[in-house]
Amino acid sequence: MVNILLVSHSVEIAEGTKELAEQMKQGEVEIAAVGGTEAGELGTNPDAIKSAVNEIDKSDGLIILADLGSAVMSVNMVLDWLDDEVRAKIQLADAPFVEGAVIAAVESGMGNSMEEILSSIESAEIIKKN
Amino acid sequence: MTEKSKEILDKLADVIIENKKHLTKLDSAIGDGDHGINMARGFKEVKEKINGNNYETNQELLKSVAMTLISTVGGASGPLYGTAFLYISKVIPDADFTIDSLIEIGQSAVDGIQKRGKAEQGEKTMLDAIIPAVDALKESKENGDDLEEALQKCKVKAEEGMKATIPMQATKGRASYLGERSIGHQDPGATSSYLMIKTIVDELYKYKD
Repeated sequence: MVNILLVSHSVEIAEGTKELAEQMKQGEVEIAAVGGTEAGELGTNPDAIKSAVNEIDKSDGLIILADLGSAVMSVNMVLDWLDDEVRAKIQLADAPFVEGAVIAAVESGMGNSMEEILSSIESAEIIKKN
Repeated sequence: MTEKSKEILDKLADVIIENKKHLTKLDSAIGDGDHGINMARGFKEVKEKINGNNYETNQELLKSVAMTLISTVGGASGPLYGTAFLYISKVIPDADFTIDSLIEIGQSAVDGIQKRGKAEQGEKTMLDAIIPAVDALKESKENGDDLEEALQKCKVKAEEGMKATIPMQATKGRASYLGERSIGHQDPGATSSYLMIKTIVDELYKYKD
């Protein structure tokens, strides 16, 4: 199953979004959340992102959702440090954080591939409210 | 040589820490108000790290600075300056600096920051102070300036570049969310970049003889 890593400036946003996505997931989808600095303040901690990427199972693919600026930048930096073989299993999604996480959790649970999930969560349709 | 570089970096850290409030005030106007706090935290760790370790080469020293900033800053300036120092570590010589090696160092910083931030000159970022400084060094090389002249011009251009961010509208980073309201404020990233360039130039001056 495609697993999901959530990276936010805020540990509450990361954990809260994980909780929301887990409510919808079927099966064994693994969702990890990283937020805030080492001191627990708003910000990002590349070391924590790196550990989370290393720990989570990536055999069927890993989708990362990040919120703003330094979260995106830190994720890209950590991805640059990986071996090509591992790197190829991971995609940082161009998707809204909350909607992306929930839909990715649902689709992964249905057994969809990483490409199928990305195509859903990167679609503009998912942010429409009207 | 690493002792000299260590002293320069130690001074650079002091200057950033001294400017904590100034940088945070600038960032409060157009960003999330944490630039000074983040930078001061990162450079405090840098001071402890470099003063507590011995380095065989400048490459090792700069790499250590880079990894410390990446791990401890917590905001976008961590990956940005961290990657800049990482790129610098790949080209920095152990011999005395020349205009050529300074150009290579400056260009590596620009490349590192662009790799992470994907910004160009004129977007109200740290690059608006650094790129003119590197361009000044390149111009000095063409004009045949000596190192002292080249360093002075480099510092002046970095300051002009920093001030030139005031009328700019930000198109990268948090400030870009403000649109036109970002105009009229000096960019905090360009300011911290200028402070670093100024400190490096002033410190190199001390050693010129």
